[in-house]
Amino acid sequence: MVASTLNTSKPWLLRPFNERSTQLFLGILFGAVALVTLLHLVFPEGHALHVSAYTVTLLGKYLCYALLAVAVDLVWGFLGILSLGHGAFFALGGYAMGMYLMRQIGDRGVYGDPVLPDFMVFLNWQELPWFWHGFDMAWFAFAMVLLAPGLLALVFGFLAFRSRVTGVYLSIITQALTFALMLAFFRNEMGFGGNNGLTDFKDILGFDLRSDATRLGLFIATGIALAIGYVICRGIVLSKLGRVSVACRDAEARTRFIGYRVDRVQLFVFVVSAMLAGVAGALYVPQVGIINPSEFSPLFSIEVVVWVALGGRATLYGAVIGALLVNYAKTVFTGVMPDAWLFALGGLFVLVTVLLPKGIAGLLQRRKKAEDSDNVAGQEVTA
Amino acid sequence: MSISRSLTSLLLLCLLVLAPMAQAQSTDSEATALLQALADSSYAQKKDVIAEIAGSGDERARGWLEAFANGKLSRIEDSGQFVIVLSNRGRNWTVADALSGESLGEVSRRDLDSIRINNALRNELDGILSVIDLTVANPDTRLAAARDLRGEVDAPLAERIDGLLQTEDNSDVRAALTKALAIYQVEQGDVAAVAILDGSLNARARVALNGAAQSDDPELAAAAAQALKNIETKLKINSAAETLYFGLSLGSVLVLAAIGLAITFGVMGVINMAHGELIMLGAYTTWGMQQLLPGQPGLALILSIPAGFLVAALAGIAIERSVIQHLKGRPLETLLATFGVSLILQQLVRTVISPLNRTVITPEWMSGSLMVNEALSLTLNRLYVIGFALVVFAGLMLIMRKTRLGLEVRAVTQNRAMARSMGIKATRVDILTFGLGSGVAGLAGVALSQITNVGPNLGQSYIIDSFMVVVFGGVGNLWGTLVAGLSLGTINQVLEPWAGAVLAKIVVLVFIILFIQKRPRGLFPQKGRAAEG
Repeated sequence: MVASTLNTSKPWLLRPFNERSTQLFLGILFGAVALVTLLHLVFPEGHALHVSAYTVTLLGKYLCYALLAVAVDLVWGFLGILSLGHGAFFALGGYAMGMYLMRQIGDRGVYGDPVLPDFMVFLNWQELPWFWHGFDMAWFAFAMVLLAPGLLALVFGFLAFRSRVTGVYLSIITQALTFALMLAFFRNEMGFGGNNGLTDFKDILGFDLRSDATRLGLFIATGIALAIGYVICRGIVLSKLGRVSVACRDAEARTRFIGYRVDRVQLFVFVVSAMLAGVAGALYVPQVGIINPSEFSPLFSIEVVVWVALGGRATLYGAVIGALLVNYAKTVFTGVMPDAWLFALGGLFVLVTVLLPKGIAGLLQRRKKAEDSDNVAGQEVTA
Repeated sequence: MSISRSLTSLLLLCLLVLAPMAQAQSTDSEATALLQALADSSYAQKKDVIAEIAGSGDERARGWLEAFANGKLSRIEDSGQFVIVLSNRGRNWTVADALSGESLGEVSRRDLDSIRINNALRNELDGILSVIDLTVANPDTRLAAARDLRGEVDAPLAERIDGLLQTEDNSDVRAALTKALAIYQVEQGDVAAVAILDGSLNARARVALNGAAQSDDPELAAAAAQALKNIETKLKINSAAETLYFGLSLGSVLVLAAIGLAITFGVMGVINMAHGELIMLGAYTTWGMQQLLPGQPGLALILSIPAGFLVAALAGIAIERSVIQHLKGRPLETLLATFGVSLILQQLVRTVISPLNRTVITPEWMSGSLMVNEALSLTLNRLYVIGFALVVFAGLMLIMRKTRLGLEVRAVTQNRAMARSMGIKATRVDILTFGLGSGVAGLAGVALSQITNVGPNLGQSYIIDSFMVVVFGGVGNLWGTLVAGLSLGTINQVLEPWAGAVLAKIVVLVFIILFIQKRPRGLFPQKGRAAEG
């Protein structure tokens, strides 16, 4: 029933564009991306207004995190599932991209083997493992960026939601999932480069990864991906499916008794979110130049949740704000006083949850609400 | 009646112990005569004298012969007194009387007349010294000496052992000697001796049997092969027992780490991600205690049991008061906030103490191992941890089942409003329960400090495992936690030889993830009203 309304109601993806908040968000996002691009291109190096390639890549990295945060907010904010394992989907997307980039190196590796990546030569492997085949083709690799996390989320979600594992239990087993994957990817025998992961990339789609132009291109691509991801999430939220998923979040049993297939709604949203996380990971890898098992660490996944919590749960734009703010703070802190970062992050966890349950977005909304009630009494605020 | 009987048996015991000693001790005059003979005879004659000394059964004989072999048996020229040189540096040598063992202080080197020895004699002495312990009065020494002989026997030694077997009256020593002899006999191709080695776990015995199994004599080869097969079976049983032991040991660590969580998470429903750091605090308390009491690691360890409990309990209560109570009824937010606390605690330890691991000393009575047989030895520290885990579990069980606090805790968890209207101070119960759960985490830390590294990441490595154990066992069920912890530990250890440590861990994690899908409420789900919460 739910699925049918989904397929036939075509304009669900266009609906967000009628919404003030989405227009504003897209306006600011594209404005900022365009501004950075301009400042980077127009002003010569050394000029006060010049944005260096390093900064561009750094901002690109933040945007990847923002997309990941949006994906987490979709399941946490609108479905009530606190996933502590979204880093796993992020990393899987990253590994899919990493494998493609690895194959693109060709015989330019240290050992010069035309087929095998360096780490396999180092481990004395004779031939490419079966799961590495096809990653020399961009379309296949990009499909895997979506499919690998999507499939994992599908299987995991199918099992979990069918058995009605929810709440804290689900959080803990998602954490166990990413922990298990981290241990697995740390093993050399897995064929993903073990401890060191995949690195030393040369080019993507024929463009040199170290050139400024490619970096700028990746930054812009990430901005576009974030915009698309945001619109998709917003579209889902505004659709009937979105309403049902909010109902699942607030009263799961009641929704089930009304007749909705709660497990299917959860599964669909969970898989979409996992794929978005995968895309974020795939865009992240060429910009930072490495993917290794530490992306699977439970700490990273839980950090993402805090970005969302800080920005404001169930707002989507709040997740973006949170991701950008925390990561900017992290860059500053770890540069100035590295010891203090964990104090700051830990304090943030505590303060946000105790004092700021609705995050920064909650603060903004409260002000807006106050203004609205001053101007036009009773106008509805889209949450 | 009974007193006199026990007195009699005591007397008998004394006699039994003393009798062989009295027999073995030769008089000083006899001993001097022997030493004199050793000093004055030719090399050829010395051989016989050595045999005589060794056969005298005198407890001091070993000391004399060893000193003689090392050229340290001397005679003071003037008095003719025999001495053993203790230190031969410088002009004056420190010596001790060979007969009484009394120190005689320093004697000028020139006054000493060393008793001469050549290489042929040295070889002879080596052989004799290896069996001389077999003739002493103390049966334990004899047994140890007999065990040392396995695989070292050669033809002349075999003859000696044969002779010793005639007179040996201790059955253990006899068995050890027979076995040592049998190894030699099997090496020489004796089929009958194979039966003696059947079922022996000694490595040298297996080497001998392996050799025999390759021999040309079909009878011998078949017998040896059969014996080896029996040994293999026995070894397998032993290695299974060892795996079980390691599994139980790992399991008891998991139980210790999780049992506090079973209280705070299972009973109270509070998700405390800082639980691992409370364990860490307990471990650091042990370290701090040992710094306060240098040189007394055992005492420090025992004192850190209450201290670790107290430190962790206070820290836990502080967390509860400052953070958790504001987040009542919002489990996911609690999870995040306490995770923040765990980061802060970790970094605090890194900044204040050190980012490096600290060494916690294991007291003597906890180190070493318990030999069950030659293929199986149990390390003592792990044995203690298993015992400690069981004691802590029993204690908690008692508190929850038999005390007023336990009753109140269960009442508050099942129906807070009702409990409060019955006059139970819910806030007080919250504080005490959380303190108890946290304190137990501290105890786990004290135990863990004895078997793993104490560092800032100690807690982090246990937090996921602990949650797994609690969820697997069934939330709110202490028995479930015990069973889950022990069985997960054992499964992990059983898988390890096949899959390797990391893969075993992954398999266990995946198993739990799948298990929760099948039975979302764990092994032992709560029934009745408590299950609804």
